[in-house]
Amino acid sequence: MKIMTCPVNGPRPVSEFAYGGELREMPDPAAATDVEWAHYVFNRNGVSGLKVEWWCHTPSGVWFIAERDTKTDVVERTYLLGARS
Amino acid sequence: MFTTRAELKRAYDVVIIGGGGHGLAAAYYLARDHGITNVAVLEKGYIGGGNTARNTTIIRSNYLTPEGVQFYDESVRLWTDLSQDFDLNVFFSTRGHYTLAHTDASVRTMRWRAEVNKHYSVDSEVVDAAAIREAIPQMDMSCGGHAPVLGALYHAPGAIARHDAVAWGYGRGADKRGVEIHQNTEVLGIETEDTGSGPRVVGVRTSRGRIETRKVLCAVAGSTPRLLDMVGLSSPIYIHPLQAMVTEPLKPWLDPIIVSGSLHVYVSQSARGELVMGASLDPYELHATRSTFDFTEHLAARMLDLFPMLSDVKVNRQWAGMADMTPDFAPIMGKTPVGGFYLDAGWGTWGFKATPVCGKTMSHTVARDEAHPLIDGFRFDRFERYALTGEKGAASVGH
Repeated sequence: MKIMTCPVNGPRPVSEFAYGGELREMPDPAAATDVEWAHYVFNRNGVSGLKVEWWCHTPSGVWFIAERDTKTDVVERTYLLGARS
Repeated sequence: MFTTRAELKRAYDVVIIGGGGHGLAAAYYLARDHGITNVAVLEKGYIGGGNTARNTTIIRSNYLTPEGVQFYDESVRLWTDLSQDFDLNVFFSTRGHYTLAHTDASVRTMRWRAEVNKHYSVDSEVVDAAAIREAIPQMDMSCGGHAPVLGALYHAPGAIARHDAVAWGYGRGADKRGVEIHQNTEVLGIETEDTGSGPRVVGVRTSRGRIETRKVLCAVAGSTPRLLDMVGLSSPIYIHPLQAMVTEPLKPWLDPIIVSGSLHVYVSQSARGELVMGASLDPYELHATRSTFDFTEHLAARMLDLFPMLSDVKVNRQWAGMADMTPDFAPIMGKTPVGGFYLDAGWGTWGFKATPVCGKTMSHTVARDEAHPLIDGFRFDRFERYALTGEKGAASVGH
């Protein structure tokens, strides 16, 4: 991957982007047990495959979602959160 | 060098997944120190072809946590007589190791590390700019004017070794004692049964058939998440590539190992005269060993800050490995919630130096089904107990 497409600014060199980790759901902090909370804080889905990730276009500060294969480094699509077509 | 075997046996006492330095060292000490020789080492590629071949071979024990310092110190001790032990030259070469400080904050961390090190009788001290200038006269102490060197953590036992010979030495020693090393043998699944008090390992499915075993040691670096998935475990391990490169061979001029956390560079000169150089992790998750031009460009620029006289020297090779990172920069070792499944992982960017002590402690753990005391701070369950072993301050560069 050398070019990534920001949903707001269009195709840009990958050096303009910062990786923000996989999109994950936070358990309810009031209801989660200590072990469930530790699982959320520390554990990651480390197996390779197509992942839904946070990325940021740093010059403009746009945070968005990228669906990327972590084995081949191919980005399938990018969109703003909640705007998947 | 190794016995080739056409068939896998039906059953083994221990199956070691991963024929890198760590897996082979564990096999070696299982056979030599614990008399367990009905062992198979399964390697999907060729031995020592993963991160054992992809690191920058720096050996040191100047860590930050008491757990880390004691553990790596034992490893340095084992390294010193490895060549005699194997009857094979691993080119172990003690060079001295300078971690440069360019800011007051890093001088403070160096002082902290030096005090922890001295407490455990590890030879580390903070030295000033004049001492560094004398030891490394070729270095531009101002780093192009933008990152003047204020001092360094000097660690006299810092060393390098020939990585391939380490895998070969451990492999040959294990092979001679009856351990079976099976290359081109990929693990496809790990079978467990429910004992009432949780799952336990009963067998391994491989690309060359099924094996029965009650004990599996997993030492697979960048493939760890995939293997953990096979036994239904999750962990904090995430994979980023770590790249490195070497220059063309030069006459010997750089004796010590130089590390600069702020400039994100570490360099030593190998026995062949090549400058072996590395930097920080690639910035995002990727399960591949591709190289990038970005990396070469950035690392070369930082090298020229330190050594402007290298501007005409050519880069010969570059490569990458898949680093299995942990949030606290300490490994994950020992027993797991799955009975008979032992883990030697989370070796990120710091695994080569630990090869001998990992073999020692993991063979003990597997043979006795009880974690070796030296690896207690690296337990699998430390995250759910919120008891991390924070080693990031001793990582060679700021990641």
